Amino acid sequence: MKDMVEGYTTPDGRQIGGVLMELKNITLRFGGVVAIKDISFDIREGEIRAIIGPNGAGKSSMLNVISGFYVPTEGEVWFHGQKRPAMRPYQVARLGIARTFQNIALFDGMSVLDNIMTGRLTLMKSGLLTQAMWWGKAAAEEDEHREKVEKIIDFLEIQNIRKTPVGRLPYGLKKRVELARALAAEPKILLLDEPMAGMNVEEKEDMCRFILDVNDEFGTTTVLIEHDMGVVMDLSDRVVVMDYGRKIGDGPPDEVRNNQDVIDAYLGVAHE
Amino acid sequence: MFYREAGDFKTSYRADSQTFPIRLDRMGYIAALVVAYAVVPFFIDDYWANAVFVPFLIYAIAAIGLNILVGFAGQVSLGTGGFMAVGAYAVYKLMTGFPEVPFFFHVILAGGVTAFVGVLFGLPSLRIKGFYLAVATLAAQFFLVWLFNKVPWFYNYSASGQITAPDRTMFGIYITGAQTSAVAKYLFCLVILTLVALMARNLTRGTVGRKWMAIRDMDIAAEIIGVNPLSAKVTAFAVSSFFIGIAGALLFSVYLGAAEVGESFGINKSFLVLFMVIIGGLGSIFGSFAGAAFLVLLPVFLKNVLVGALGWPTDVAAHLELMIVGALIVIFLIVEPHGLAQLWRIAKEKLRLWPFPH
Repeated sequence: MKDMVEGYTTPDGRQIGGVLMELKNITLRFGGVVAIKDISFDIREGEIRAIIGPNGAGKSSMLNVISGFYVPTEGEVWFHGQKRPAMRPYQVARLGIARTFQNIALFDGMSVLDNIMTGRLTLMKSGLLTQAMWWGKAAAEEDEHREKVEKIIDFLEIQNIRKTPVGRLPYGLKKRVELARALAAEPKILLLDEPMAGMNVEEKEDMCRFILDVNDEFGTTTVLIEHDMGVVMDLSDRVVVMDYGRKIGDGPPDEVRNNQDVIDAYLGVAHE
Repeated sequence: MFYREAGDFKTSYRADSQTFPIRLDRMGYIAALVVAYAVVPFFIDDYWANAVFVPFLIYAIAAIGLNILVGFAGQVSLGTGGFMAVGAYAVYKLMTGFPEVPFFFHVILAGGVTAFVGVLFGLPSLRIKGFYLAVATLAAQFFLVWLFNKVPWFYNYSASGQITAPDRTMFGIYITGAQTSAVAKYLFCLVILTLVALMARNLTRGTVGRKWMAIRDMDIAAEIIGVNPLSAKVTAFAVSSFFIGIAGALLFSVYLGAAEVGESFGINKSFLVLFMVIIGGLGSIFGSFAGAAFLVLLPVFLKNVLVGALGWPTDVAAHLELMIVGALIVIFLIVEPHGLAQLWRIAKEKLRLWPFPH
């Protein structure tokens, strides 16, 4: 793995590119609590990268560091070969990093369509006055983005609920709408925080298919946190394993599966 | 059956995202506009204009303004009266300072001044939310009223401390002052209300409106998907105060003619407009109209029934009115927090099938 600066080819024949984001010696502290301790890994263009670990391992904190919600206490985030300065989450979003949340964070008062349209906010340019008048540019821009959003709606098979207020939808569909909203931003990196939590087998299969299709169709680099080991091992190209804020494994699923530290972390070790 | 969307097909996204996508709605609103512009002016007299139509139009503007802030952007404000006072005093200073500029521009400029003041008082909203923001805007209310009482420059050093609207004309017709006809007042306010409602609708259906609603529904998620919370909140305060300032300017110059800040723009005014928004429906332009109509018509209606028809003393009727309005607000908050607009929506959904079961 180490020598492949220019990327690699996956067993199923997808071409993975160079390093898109690199996390260097990230440490995150909240007062005395160390959530993440000196973790480094990279994310390559076009790959599906999973972060796994037992509860409280710091996976979500890691995702929050990537999406700019937390600023790491120590360490650097490199994106597109440049060090990313400390910035507000909305600025990170404009760099092309979109995410979904573990506990769905949709806008309940708005329709599915409006929710997904908010995903494209960073790409829409027309100002306050043109919009107030709704002349020429504002209306044309709205149509143009609506067309893109409709493609995502088709892709995720949610055409029939596009005008429904999100608050009325069942859990599984909400998860799908949230994925649609993240996709609408045309992200360079898509962060999924437990996309399959609380779903039944059928919904999980649907979600897996969407994640693979998204990666296949748009070539979106995806970072996901997931508890379902079967899903992780099937979906991801490379896996980072965390435990108590430390990185204990990193590599392709098969390699990680046989790593003694990982097995210990998941199954526990007998203490003498 | 009576409210149909079947067979109303859209072939473009533009048609689908228009203001009234359903043909029946569209026809209804066109009919309402025709009545408002072409029928009412022929029948309106001083009583109807002063008791019903002009206050309704002006409060509808204020309610739309406040609804943008509270209903769409989710920022509670109790400073409406103060911001209306800013609009009133701004238009007064402009009218007396630059008599040669057409009155219409004075009203718009007064809105602009209020927008600026609104932004200043809206800045704390970045740090404080909910109750605490309400208290901060309450401070704005009291500060502004105090300011306009205290600094004689604002009321041009008049002995009474009141401001009085000078006579102004548009196209040779009086709009303000004692000689203004009921029709002129009505039409002037109607034109401005139409413009305000259109602008509000356009803003709320586009990107700006989505940013506001995203901040309202979940501010953390909004920031993560790329909404700058500062600019979203500040634009909400600016647009909202712009409309509220226009309403204040009209209330003073066209409707009242003379005003004293504590009396006309006190905390009561803030609550009145807030009640309109709550009863009408948070986050709905139609609700702003409905709420304004309800709270303007209710006192007139009660007075006519209680004093006119039943012959009760005026003071008893006045007290009873307060009790009824209070009770209605409590009932609305409990039974239908989304207000008259939601009742209207439910009625429309029912009418789609009625009188048939399926």
